[in-house]
This record gives sequence, C-alpha cells and structure tokens, in this order.
Amino acid sequence: MITTKKKELKTILEYLEGKKNILLIGCGACAEQCMTGGNKELLEMAEILKKEGKNIVDSLLLEEACYSLLLKKELRQRKKEIENTDAVLILSCGVGVSCATEALPKVPSYPALDTLFLARVERHGHFTEGCSLCGECVLAFTGGICPITYCPKGILNGPCGGVVDGMCEADIETPCAWVAIYTRLKEIGRLEDLKRTAPPKDHSMKRKPGKVVVKRNDFKKIY
Amino acid sequence: MTLKKSIEEKIFTITAEICPPKGTDTEAFLKKARLLKGKIAAGNVTDNQRAVMRLSSLACSALLLREGIDPVFQITCRDRNRLALQSDLLGAWILGVKNVLALTGDHVSFGDHREAKAVFDLDSVQLLQVISKLNSGENMKERPLRGGTAFFTGAVVAPEADPFEPEFIKFEKKVEAGARFFQTQAIYNMDKFRNFFEKTKKYNVKILGGILLLKSAKMAHFLNENVPGVNVPEGFVKELESAPDQLKKGIEIASRQLRELKTFCHGAHIMAIGQEEVVPDIIDMAR
Ligand code: SF4
Ligand code: SF4
Repeated sequence: MITTKKKELKTILEYLEGKKNILLIGCGACAEQCMTGGNKELLEMAEILKKEGKNIVDSLLLEEACYSLLLKKELRQRKKEIENTDAVLILSCGVGVSCATEALPKVPSYPALDTLFLARVERHGHFTEGCSLCGECVLAFTGGICPITYCPKGILNGPCGGVVDGMCEADIETPCAWVAIYTRLKEIGRLEDLKRTAPPKDHSMKRKPGKVVVKRNDFKKIY
Repeated sequence: MTLKKSIEEKIFTITAEICPPKGTDTEAFLKKARLLKGKIAAGNVTDNQRAVMRLSSLACSALLLREGIDPVFQITCRDRNRLALQSDLLGAWILGVKNVLALTGDHVSFGDHREAKAVFDLDSVQLLQVISKLNSGENMKERPLRGGTAFFTGAVVAPEADPFEPEFIKFEKKVEAGARFFQTQAIYNMDKFRNFFEKTKKYNVKILGGILLLKSAKMAHFLNENVPGVNVPEGFVKELESAPDQLKKGIEIASRQLRELKTFCHGAHIMAIGQEEVVPDIIDMAR
C-alpha cells in the first residue's frame, strides 16, 4: 500500500488562490486506508473549501485513483458538471495527480497529499515502510529483510561501523537492519549468504521514468 | 619513511588523524600537521567526518604531501557515487597520494547538512573492490585505464562491536576485497582487543589499534551519550574526573594504551579530534 499524509491547509489554499471552481478527486484504495483521501476526507475538504469561498463542481471517489482509464471514463460521464473547472485537487498519492493531469490536460491539477512510501499495514492506521521499489530484489540473500529499506544507508554487505548494541547509528530507537539480517540468517542456517560479497547495486534497474507492460502471456514466457 | 614501508618492515607503525578545516584557511591545519611530522608514519585526512562539511580530504591529503607527510586519504561512500569515487581516487593518485582508507561514512543525520541526499551508491566492501580494480589498471567496469593506481589500501574495523560475528564477517570480506591494513575504531577494552587481534592473525593484514584521546570527563560523557558505538568505560571516566588536569590525564591514558599496544600489535592509530597538537606528547610519553 502507498502511504500518504495530508499537506498543510495553508499550502493547499496557496495552490488554489484565485481559482473558484474546484474538482475534488479521492482514492478509495490506499488513500482511504491512510485516512487521507477517502469519502470522509473528500467531504471534509469540500466543507473547508466552501468556507473559503470556493465552489466544488464535483467530488469523485475513484475505486483507485491510479487507474488512469477509469478516471478518464468517469470524467467523460461528467463532462457537463466539470466544464468550468478552474483546478483539480487530488487527495491521493502522486500517481493519482499524474492521472488527473493527463485526463484533464487544460486544467491545473494539485496534490492535496504528500506521498511517503510503500507500506506494510501493521494494523488499521499503522503503517511501516516495506519496500523501496529498488527494481532488483535482494531479499533472497538477506533472509527476507530488506536492507535497502531498513538500513538508512541501504548498504549491502553487512553492518556499518555505527551499530550501537544492535541499534542503528542513524536512529538509536531502531534495530540495525544488518544485525537483524544476521540474526535471521543465523536462525535459518544461512550465514553463508552474509559471507558472500554482494556486488554493487544495478541502479539502472530502477529506471526513471519506469515502464512495464505485462501482456497476458508474459508469465508463460518467463516460467 | 612511508606508511607502507613502515608496515612492511614490521616497525611498530603510528598513524594519527588530522581533521581538515571548515573553510579555506589552512594555517592551523598545517601547523598541527608540522608538529606531527617525523613523529608518525602517516596522517589520516578525514572525509567530512561525522557528516560535517569541511575542506576536501583529497585537497588536504595533497597539502600533507607538500609538507613531507605521507597522507592516508580517507574516502567515504556517503557523498560520492561510483563515478565520483573512481575519479577522485585517480585524482588522488596523480597528486601523489599512495594510501587510501575506504569507509562507508557516517550517516548524514549526524552532521550539519541533515537535509542532504545520502549517496551510498557503494558500500565499504564494494569500494575496496573498486580500488583493487583501479590498482590492476581497470575501472570497475573492467575497462582498461590509461594508467592505473597502486594504492596501499586500508579499511576500518570495530573490534568491540556487539554482536561481533557480523562485524568479523565484514572484516573478512574487506580482507578479500583488498584491504591490506586496518585502522580500528577506538579501543576501550584491551582484553577484547587482544582477542580480536589474535583472531586476525591468520589473515595477511596489519592492524593498527585505535586510540581515542579523551580530552575531559565531559567529553567522555558526551561520547557515551551521543556517539554511536562508543562506550568509554567507567574506570577511565573516574580517572578523568578526579584528575586536576583532565587533558593531561587523557594524554596519559592514551599513552598507556599506546605502550600496551606496542607489546603485541602492529601499530596504533591516534584520534585526537581537534587536539592533534598533543599527539607528540602521547607518543613521547609511551616511549
Ligand atoms: S530489495 Fe528492493 S525490491 Fe526487494 S524489498 Fe528491498 S527495495 Fe523492495
Ligand atoms: S547501523 Fe545498521 S541499519 Fe544503521 S546505517 Fe549502519 S548498517 Fe545500516
């Protein structure tokens, strides 16, 4: 899941300065779970903006704000309502903003949220970072614990010199990722994975902008 | 005598850290360096240590060369990607720098530019591999260089790390990647250090035991509370607290450690953090 947090209202109002007719878009998937862009937050935002003298032309809660085609379809059905839109405010991760930007090329779109990370949902409303989308997963050699994400340096060959009693130098309240990896590898009898020197990361695997097209038969080809 | 020669001729080898200035005024830096000349085999030039921005370690290494001091060019992975690391290493070599110490580097969150992007494109083990490649006349992509390097390569190890096993595995990786000498983090427990030293004997590397000058009891407390991996023992703290002149006591403690290292170790690495001018006293007192 992608975690997001609300931007300061002040910032949002600055974005919308001089713009009267606002279209709101929310996301029923990640942002709703984060309590930053679901139904409740859309209503809340509409209220606030009305008080600020704005006119809400429409408020759309998409099943997933990152589903570009779906957004285009929804907007086509509301052509009339959104005709005079001066700005779109999107309560979702940055992907939702980029979808809206593409769907409404003539209207400026603004993010209402800051996009944080790809998260593990610990329990309702409690998220921890799970993966940094590095493009070339190394978990096979690290006992399933991600050093790219959990080690602030993202290093690949064991603990740095800053470990303090098993805790991380950059944040003394967090266990050192590499001590955790070592402990886990030892537990499962795979210390040799730590002894092998990991090559430098291939950052070209994390191409920006990235593009993946999964065709229906791709799986058959790979396996 | 150069660091390499001193180590290879099995002379007890002393190195000391010299910290570059926070600006272009190098007078104090050079003054301290001159005091150390002839007393140490080589001077380590720190690389934006603790993520605090200072004059470049490469430039200061070149300054030491001019002064007739063999520099150990410290290079961390925090501030440079693999292109910059390689090109700075080549640059150091053509300026006459012969020794390099490869480090991962302290995290930016310690320093004075906490908003910086931390690079860590490589880690210390991978950087050592890269240096070995440059030494063999190739870049890290195994393309031949028009002129390579022949660095004497060192690395860092934490002899009192807890847990110790992953640290030792990393030490072995560093040896395999080409580290020829190790300057250790500060020693607080000499027995633990001796054990560590025994364990390293089967590897073809030289160990310089780390000595950190405790300037005052206040500094010892500060280190214990704020600096990762540092654990100044109660005994030292008490000694410092009850001394009329705490700096003098710190010098005495350091020279005691140095004297002890001389009985079994290959050398010592003195870290005086800003108080480099007393390093000769530590050395003289340990004679
Ligand atoms: S190694 Fe890369 S892909 Fe695998 S969990 Fe970590 S960041 Fe994600
Ligand atoms: S202490 Fe561990 S988790 Fe923290 S930066 Fe060093 S290796 Fe990474």
